[in-house]
Amino acid sequence: MAIQAMEVTQRSATRSMPGVAPATKVAKLIDISKCIGCKACQVACMEWNDVRDEIGTNVGVYDNPPDLSANSYTVMRFSEVEFEAGKLEWLIRKDGCMHCADPGCLKACPAPGAIVQYSNGIVDFVPEHCIGCGYCIAGCPFDVPRLSKKTGKVSKCTLCSDRVAVGQEPACVKTCPTKAITFGTKDDMIKQAAGRITDLKSRGYKNAGLYDPKGVGGTHVMYVLQHADKPEAYNALPRDPGISPMVSVWKGITQPILSAALGLAVFGALIHYVTAGPKAKHEEE
Amino acid sequence: MTNHWVDIKNADVILIMGGNAAEAHPCGFKWVTEAKAKRGAKLVVVDPRFTRSAAVADYYAPLRVGTDIAFLGGVMHYLLSNNKIHHEYVKNYTDASFLVNPEYGFNDGYFSGWDAKKKKYDKATWAYQKGADGFVSVDETLKNPNCVFNLMKRHYARYTPEAVSNITGTPKDKFLKVCELIAGTAAPNKTLTILYALGWTQHTVGSQNIRMMAMIQLMLGNVGMAGGGVNALRGHANVQGITDMNLVTNVLPGYMVLPSDKEQTREKYLEARTPKPLRPAQMNFPANFPKWHTSLMKAWYGNAAQKENDFRYDWMPKIDKPYDVLHMFERMHLGKMNGFVCQGFNPLAAVPNRRKLSEALAKLKFMVVIDPLDTETASFWQNHGELNDVKTADIQTEVFRLPASCFAEHSGTFTNSGRVIQWHWKAADSPGESMSDVDIVANIFTRVRELYRKNGGAFPAPVLGLTWAYRQANQPAPEELLMEISGKALGNVYDPKDKAKVLVKAGDQLAGFAQLRDDGSTSCGNWIYSGCWSDKGNLTARRDNADPSGLGQTLNWGFSWPANRRILYNRASADASGKPWDASRTVIKWDAAAKKWAGNDVPDMRPDAAPAEGVNPFIMNPEGVARLFAVGRMAEGPFPEHYEPFETPIDTNPLHPKVVQNPGARLFKGDAEQLGTSKDFPYAATTYRLTEHMHFWSKNIVLNAIIQPEAFVEIGEELAKAKGIVNGSRVKVRSKRGEIKAVAMVTKRMPMLAVNGQKVHTVGIPIHWGFIGVAKKGHLANTLTPFVGDANVQTPEFKAFLVNIEKA
Repeated sequence: MAIQAMEVTQRSATRSMPGVAPATKVAKLIDISKCIGCKACQVACMEWNDVRDEIGTNVGVYDNPPDLSANSYTVMRFSEVEFEAGKLEWLIRKDGCMHCADPGCLKACPAPGAIVQYSNGIVDFVPEHCIGCGYCIAGCPFDVPRLSKKTGKVSKCTLCSDRVAVGQEPACVKTCPTKAITFGTKDDMIKQAAGRITDLKSRGYKNAGLYDPKGVGGTHVMYVLQHADKPEAYNALPRDPGISPMVSVWKGITQPILSAALGLAVFGALIHYVTAGPKAKHEEE
Repeated sequence: MTNHWVDIKNADVILIMGGNAAEAHPCGFKWVTEAKAKRGAKLVVVDPRFTRSAAVADYYAPLRVGTDIAFLGGVMHYLLSNNKIHHEYVKNYTDASFLVNPEYGFNDGYFSGWDAKKKKYDKATWAYQKGADGFVSVDETLKNPNCVFNLMKRHYARYTPEAVSNITGTPKDKFLKVCELIAGTAAPNKTLTILYALGWTQHTVGSQNIRMMAMIQLMLGNVGMAGGGVNALRGHANVQGITDMNLVTNVLPGYMVLPSDKEQTREKYLEARTPKPLRPAQMNFPANFPKWHTSLMKAWYGNAAQKENDFRYDWMPKIDKPYDVLHMFERMHLGKMNGFVCQGFNPLAAVPNRRKLSEALAKLKFMVVIDPLDTETASFWQNHGELNDVKTADIQTEVFRLPASCFAEHSGTFTNSGRVIQWHWKAADSPGESMSDVDIVANIFTRVRELYRKNGGAFPAPVLGLTWAYRQANQPAPEELLMEISGKALGNVYDPKDKAKVLVKAGDQLAGFAQLRDDGSTSCGNWIYSGCWSDKGNLTARRDNADPSGLGQTLNWGFSWPANRRILYNRASADASGKPWDASRTVIKWDAAAKKWAGNDVPDMRPDAAPAEGVNPFIMNPEGVARLFAVGRMAEGPFPEHYEPFETPIDTNPLHPKVVQNPGARLFKGDAEQLGTSKDFPYAATTYRLTEHMHFWSKNIVLNAIIQPEAFVEIGEELAKAKGIVNGSRVKVRSKRGEIKAVAMVTKRMPMLAVNGQKVHTVGIPIHWGFIGVAKKGHLANTLTPFVGDANVQTPEFKAFLVNIEKA
C-alpha cells in the first residue's frame, strides 16, 4: 500500500492532541480458516524486530514459545475443539496485539508518550518513555503487553509501524505462505473478509464471521473465524472485550498528578540504568 | 509430480494422503488455499493423525498406519461397483481391455508364480497375451474374464467398505464420504489431484501405495489433466534433482537402469532395454534408449568411447548385488566394508535402527563426511550419555570432515517437485575452508586419478579415461556441468528425413533429446535434462512468469524436464479426437487446420500425430497406454494388495491370514529377530516431520529451535489415561530395537481406532532431535525403527512399526 504520513493522534497521559488530518485506517486480517500454523510469521517477527526468545521446553502443546513474551510479539495458539461428536477441529490463532481503535493500554498508561496511536490506527509503544509500571498490561483486554525483566520496558507487536510508514506490509504478512494474513485499508479488509465468510458458509460453517469487537471501538487486527459465535474456542479470545472500568477510575486519579508521573519516568529510567546497566548485547547467532 | 506446484490451483478436489503438505510443504500449500479460494475446491485429508493439513480440510478421515492400500483398494471397489469411472478414458488410454495370461491368478495372499522354497516370485504369468503379430490381444467389449478390467474388478471385489473399515479402522461412513468426494471427479471435466510424500513411500508396500493411487487416477481420467495427476511432494529443495541424476544405486542419470554383471556386452544390454511396440501405431519412445545411453557414454568417456570399442561399455560399472542404503549398512555391519564417503547425508539419524548403524560405523576404518554442519554421523564416536552411549575408546574409525558450502554459497540448479529446473546464483562466500560439494569431489577425483596414473591399480582405465575437460580441473564451473548434462553435438547432427540437412553443427549445444544419436555424434550427461542449456543459453535461468493460459504453466520460467513439458501425459487431457475433456482447462488440443498439437504446454505426443493415427498418450510404454496391470515390473505382484506392516498391532492380515506381510520384501537375518510383536509392543507407531524443522539440520538454527525446542511424542487421550500419562510429562517409548525419552503430548488428534475387533492406539514420533545442535538435545527417533524396506526400492518402513510407552 502507498506511503502515507503516520501522525500521532493519541498519546498516553496527555490530555489533548493538536488536530491531525484524518488518515486512512489500516488493518491486518487474519483468516484462521487458511492458517496452517507454520509459525513463519513468528520467525519473520523475530527477524524483523531482531529479538530472540529463549529456547524453551515443550509443555505438551504445539504452541512455542508457550506464551507471548517481551521477545515474542506473536505466538500461535492451537486449540483442539469438538463442537460435534466425531468432528474434531484444530483452531490455530495467531495471537498478538489487536491494535484497538480505543486502546485500553494507552488509556491506562501513566507515562506521557509511552504509548501512542497513529492516524492510521496503529497503537505503538515508545520504549524511551516507558517507565515499566505495567499498567498497560492491566488495561489490555487481550492480555498482550509483556514486561521485559531485562530492559524493564513493556513491548508488543508494533504492526510493523516502521515498515508501514514506508509503504510496506508487516513482516508477518509478507512471509505468510497461505495468505492467511493480509494487510490493507480497514475497509478493504472488511470487504475481503466478507468474501471469505461467504465461502466458509458455503462449506458448512454457518456461523462464520468477522471478529472486529465493538467494545474497543473495533480493532486494526481482525480475524475471520469459522465460529464467530464461539470466540472463546480460539484459545479464550474474549467474546466482548472492553476497557476495564478501573482504567477510567485510575485515569481520574492520575491526570492531576501527571507531572509527578513524568518525574517518575525519569527516575525509573535512572534506577533501571543503575541496576541493569546499558542495553545488553544479544548473545545469539 | 506428473504436474507441478502451481497446477494444484486447477484442481476441483485435493486429496492429501500419505503426506502432510501443510506441515512439510507450507509454501507449496499456498496453491491448495488458492484452489479452495478461487475454484471452490474441496480438500480431503486421510491420515492416521489429525494434521495441520487436516486443520484446514473440508473433510478428514483417519486410518491405521500402513493400511493405505486397503483404503485405496476400497476406493477402487467403490468406483467400479458404483460405475464412477471415466469410461472413454479408461477404454482408450489404459490397458483395461488387454488380455492377460490365463495362468495369472491371485490366491490366498499370493499371486501366481510364488515359489515357497525360494521365497521368490517367478513373474512369467504376470504378462499380457500376445497375438501372432507380436501385439497384445485386446477385448474392447471388456467381456473377456481375462482382460485387465475384469481381473482388477475381481481382485478388488474383496475390498468392501466393511472389509476396508475392519482393516483400516476408518469408520465406514467416513470412508464412504471420502469415496464419494473422490468419485465426483470421474466426470470428464472434473479433476482430483493427489498430494503425497513419504507417508506413502516409507512402507514395505511403498511403491504399491503409489501405484494404487495412480490406478485410481486413471479410472477417474485425471492423469494428464490440469489439476490432476499423481503428485509426489519432494522433501528437500533438490531431491528431485538428485533422483533425476541417479540417487538410486542401480540407475544411471535419467532413470536408465545400470547393467547387471550378467550383461557383459553392450548389444545384450541395449536389446533388453529397447522394447518393441506392443500395440500398432504407438510411439514406443523407449526405443530411443541406445541414443540416450550412447550419448551418456560420450559424455563420460569422450573420444575414448568409439563405435569400435562399443563406446567403452566395458568401462561401465555392472552391478552384482543391491547397493541400496540398507544393504550398504548391512554389509558395513558385517564388517565387509571398510571405507565410507558420506556426502550430504546423516545416516545415523536417517536410516532405521540406530543401534545397528552405530555398530556398523564403528567397524569402518575410515569415514569421510562432506557436510556444511556437524552431524550425528560425523560425531557418532562421541559419548553423549544416554543420547549416544558409545565407548569412544573402543572406536577406531578415523573420521575426516570436509566442510561443504550451503546452497546460497555457490551457483547451480535446484529441480523442484514439479520437475522445474531452476538456476540459482551464489549470494555469499562460504566460511572458513569450506568448498562446494562439486569442488570437494573434483579435488578427490583429480588426486585419485593421479594415484592411478602413478601407481596403476586393478582397473585404472575408466578413471584415467574419464572426460574431465573443465577449465579448472579442481573447480568445475556449475555452468560447465549443466552444459555437459544438457548435451552438445560432437559432430554435425543431421536430419533423419533429409541426410543433407544439418540440424546442429559440431560443437553446438543440443536443442533437446530428439537430437541425440546412437552413432557417437552427440554427448549428453542426462537425456531427460537435454535442452535445458541449448543454443539459446541457460534456460533454467529464465524468470518470466507470464502465464497467458491462466493455468500457471509459465513455460518461460526455468526449464521443466522433459522438453520443458509442464504436465506429463498431457495428450490424455484431450479425447481420442483431440478435443480437450475440459475446454476451460485446455492443456493441449489437436489443431486440425495446422495439423499439429498445440495449446498451453509442450505436447507429450509426436507434434504431427493426427488423432486418427491412434497414437496413444502413454508414450513411455510400448503399448502406448497406462498400465493398470504392472506386467512384470513390481516385486510383489501386478495389482497392489494389502499387506500388513512388518510389525503389525493385529498380528494377522484379515484378507489372508496365512500371508500377513509383503512376500516380496527383503529382511536380513539379524533384523528378522529384531522385529517386535504386539504382545510386547502393543501400539502402532509412526515417525514424521514438523513444519518448524527441516530434518536434522534446523536444530542448529536458533529461530527454529525457539519455535519447536524439544522432542515430543503424540498420544491419544484414551491411551494416556490408561497409562497414567499426563500431558507435558516425560515418557519412555520402546521398540524391540531401543528406547527413547521425550515429552508426552496428549491430544485428541491421535484417534483410537477399532480394527479387526480390537482397539488400536497410535504413537506419533516427530524425528528432528539429536545430540548435536542448539535445540534441546534429544534422542534420535530412528532408535526405534525397523531395518526393513519397500520390496522394490528398499525405502525403510519408518511409517508403521510397534512400540510400547510408559511414564519415564
